[in-house]
Amino acid sequence: MARRERGSATGPLLLALLLTLLVLATVYAFAAHLYPAPPPITSDAVLVDRQYNLTLYVTGAVFILAQLGLAYAVLRFRDRGQRARFTRGNIAMEILWSSATVFTFVGLAILGRNAWAEVRFTPPASDAIQVEVTTNQFVYTFRYPGADGKFGMLDSTLVNAPAGNPLGLDPNDPAGKDDIVVPTLTVPVNRPVELLLRSQDVVHNFFVRELRLQQDAVPGMVIPVHFTANQIGKYEIVCTQLCGLGHSRMYSILNVVSQFDYESFLKRQAAGQ
Amino acid sequence: MSAASRLEHAPREAPKGFIRCYVFGTDHKVIGLQYFFLALAAVTIGIILSLLMRFHLVWPMAHLPFVAGGIMTPEQYLALVTMHGTIMVFFVLTTAPQSAFGNYFLPIQIGAPDMAFPRLNMLSFWLTLTAFLLMLAAFVVPGGAPISGWTAYPPLSGLGEIAGPGEGIGQSIWVISILVFCFGSLLGSINFISTTIDMRAPGMTLMRMPLTVWAWFVTAILSLLAFAVLLAGGILLVLDRSAGTSFFLPAGLVVNGEPLAHGGGSPLLWQHLFWFFGHPEVYIAILPGMGVVSHILANFSRKPVFGYRAMALALCAIGFMGFLVWGHHMFVSGMNPYSGLAFSVLTMSIGVPSAIKTFNWLGTLWGGKIQFRSPMLFAIGFVSFFVTGGLSGIFLAQPAVDTMLHATYYVVGHFHIVMGVAAIFGIFAATYYWFPKMFGRKMDETLGKLHFWLTFVGVYCIFMPMHFVGVAGGIRRYADSTGANYLAALQPLHRFMTFAAFITAAAQLIFFYNFFRSLRKGERASANPWNATTLEWITSSPPPPDNFGGHYPSVYREPYEYSVPGAHQDFLPQNLAPEDLPRANEEPRNA
Repeated sequence: MARRERGSATGPLLLALLLTLLVLATVYAFAAHLYPAPPPITSDAVLVDRQYNLTLYVTGAVFILAQLGLAYAVLRFRDRGQRARFTRGNIAMEILWSSATVFTFVGLAILGRNAWAEVRFTPPASDAIQVEVTTNQFVYTFRYPGADGKFGMLDSTLVNAPAGNPLGLDPNDPAGKDDIVVPTLTVPVNRPVELLLRSQDVVHNFFVRELRLQQDAVPGMVIPVHFTANQIGKYEIVCTQLCGLGHSRMYSILNVVSQFDYESFLKRQAAGQ
Repeated sequence: MSAASRLEHAPREAPKGFIRCYVFGTDHKVIGLQYFFLALAAVTIGIILSLLMRFHLVWPMAHLPFVAGGIMTPEQYLALVTMHGTIMVFFVLTTAPQSAFGNYFLPIQIGAPDMAFPRLNMLSFWLTLTAFLLMLAAFVVPGGAPISGWTAYPPLSGLGEIAGPGEGIGQSIWVISILVFCFGSLLGSINFISTTIDMRAPGMTLMRMPLTVWAWFVTAILSLLAFAVLLAGGILLVLDRSAGTSFFLPAGLVVNGEPLAHGGGSPLLWQHLFWFFGHPEVYIAILPGMGVVSHILANFSRKPVFGYRAMALALCAIGFMGFLVWGHHMFVSGMNPYSGLAFSVLTMSIGVPSAIKTFNWLGTLWGGKIQFRSPMLFAIGFVSFFVTGGLSGIFLAQPAVDTMLHATYYVVGHFHIVMGVAAIFGIFAATYYWFPKMFGRKMDETLGKLHFWLTFVGVYCIFMPMHFVGVAGGIRRYADSTGANYLAALQPLHRFMTFAAFITAAAQLIFFYNFFRSLRKGERASANPWNATTLEWITSSPPPPDNFGGHYPSVYREPYEYSVPGAHQDFLPQNLAPEDLPRANEEPRNA
């Protein structure tokens, strides 16, 4: 059989070049932190960042090796009139790279447990400040239990935002008399805070980048999350769960303040009730 | 049918007339092409919707002549989000790789005259087409298309108009379309499974099936199990919407200031049912592409697939494990955190068969004699995207890291690369590869390569920056960037991605031109233009109505016998009997 014409080298060269460029551009963009996440403000968020970085190094190494390996293969083994090497495979190699992948990926999953378990499996400290977060289309409402430390009863049939009762507080429950209901979240620095997430209508989400925390608020459920912020400042709260036409405008502020400012915030609010 | 009667089968005549042949045809090849052109129409609409979204993200205040009111509203944007996702996932990524190419080539590759149930096959297509037309109708009903995304989470999707525009008739039509689609897919998958098990030619053992057949077979099993669950979930959603039930709706709902009388349901139930379908769906989209890529890499490397058995087993392993990982979509849903950990370990484990596939693709290229034809370029592109998208998934598989990246553009970049683009590259590879067989003509190589270079670069330019937007906290499904102050800083990246999207979409016109021009003017193709080994290449291009003109093949060897030492040529067709094999000193004969 007549030998077929050799392939041109332009295709393989260009492909190898593009794959190399892909690797260089990706490595540069990640290494240069062109669009970084903001600095974390809790020790748990630091754990998340650490796990993120570890994953970045491991997957980054595999990414570089695999893409450059592909680039090398297309260049090195392009049709230059040679004979292809006949092989059906290699069991030892299969076992080697399967075990390497098991070790790497499952190992990563087990290491990643820490950052997750720290927040999810341990209850908040007993002196944690409880704040209830209620979501509805397209508003966050925050409730503090007030001086008595108890939340008043809610009744969904009493919900009436225009009349000043967005949560449906039961006026007959004495525990609810001193509840503070506000549109932004104010917490003291370096104090554990437990949020109780609820929703009145559809699924919403509570996301603060600096906490590295997203949590859905699901109607019919009360979902607890806790954190201890260690940086005074204002941070943006946004909704990441598609909730309707106002989804992208659902917004509030997390205000981390000094203990003194927190107490005066509570006093001011209590006086206004 | 016994082996003897198969072999003596008389050639079957094609039905006469356009209607009987092309509209109510039961020939699997005709039905495959019907699915193909349906997917081609769907992908065109899907791309146009995505361009409108990309345009709106960068120029939100621009006047658009075809938008009611001139300026796109948030609900119109969310309708685009919903319909783009739905059309692409169901009518392109499920339809083209499995229903189109599977229908056309599975029977031929196993040496069968047709599918096991040809009329059922026709019904599957007509159900799918009905579902597609229903889905498009959602655009023109009062209130417009639904705004709850392709995932349609209740309560948003379960409440009706009160939850928002498009949630009335639009959402109802959406659910009904999905139910019809489920029926079509279930019937189709039964057909694929029966055909693979029952209709193989003599000698076509499981371990001699091309990897494409393995992939379609495993995908059909996934479809059967996954679409059944979506069908059940969809019926419950219809009941919640129209019969006053509360499967997904809990007590105490207050929507738009109005207390509702529902009670006892769970929004998380839908998420579990949906993702029990939704994650296998990812594999339904990508497994056929994996099969096609293995097939093409072997053909154009002139080597057997490296580790054929491992590749077939990895397909089965991915299929099986695909049913155990749905919870990784729900790490932030309020699901028990302990199950989050279990789903994380299972999800990371699915990286193992995926890595086996990647290593074996590299192993197939290694030591080969690589011919850079258009199908091969797209197959290599698939490998690159699969690596990139697979690795970015490792971040999302860990619940702690996911709490930071969930629902950001990072996720959008990840799944578009691994499920969208990789699968589409599989479709392109299959189209360039099998075009000569399907239409008896070749596509233009120069245009094919140009299409590849522009698309390969363009797609990376669209979807890689999304990862950076996501790490910085850019949130998906946002109609504008004014909701939070930090989003404005990400606009330059969005502009770049929008330009890349328009250029890449324009490059697809090259494909359309090449495709439709080659249908009529392409160079005539021989029976086996790529010197390939599998059974679709032993019959004429295009194949006769009964696929083999009455001469049904027997199979004597494994599917990828390229460059066998001592053989007279560098490919040995599967039907080449050992006694017909010329000795090395004989003149080679045409296979």
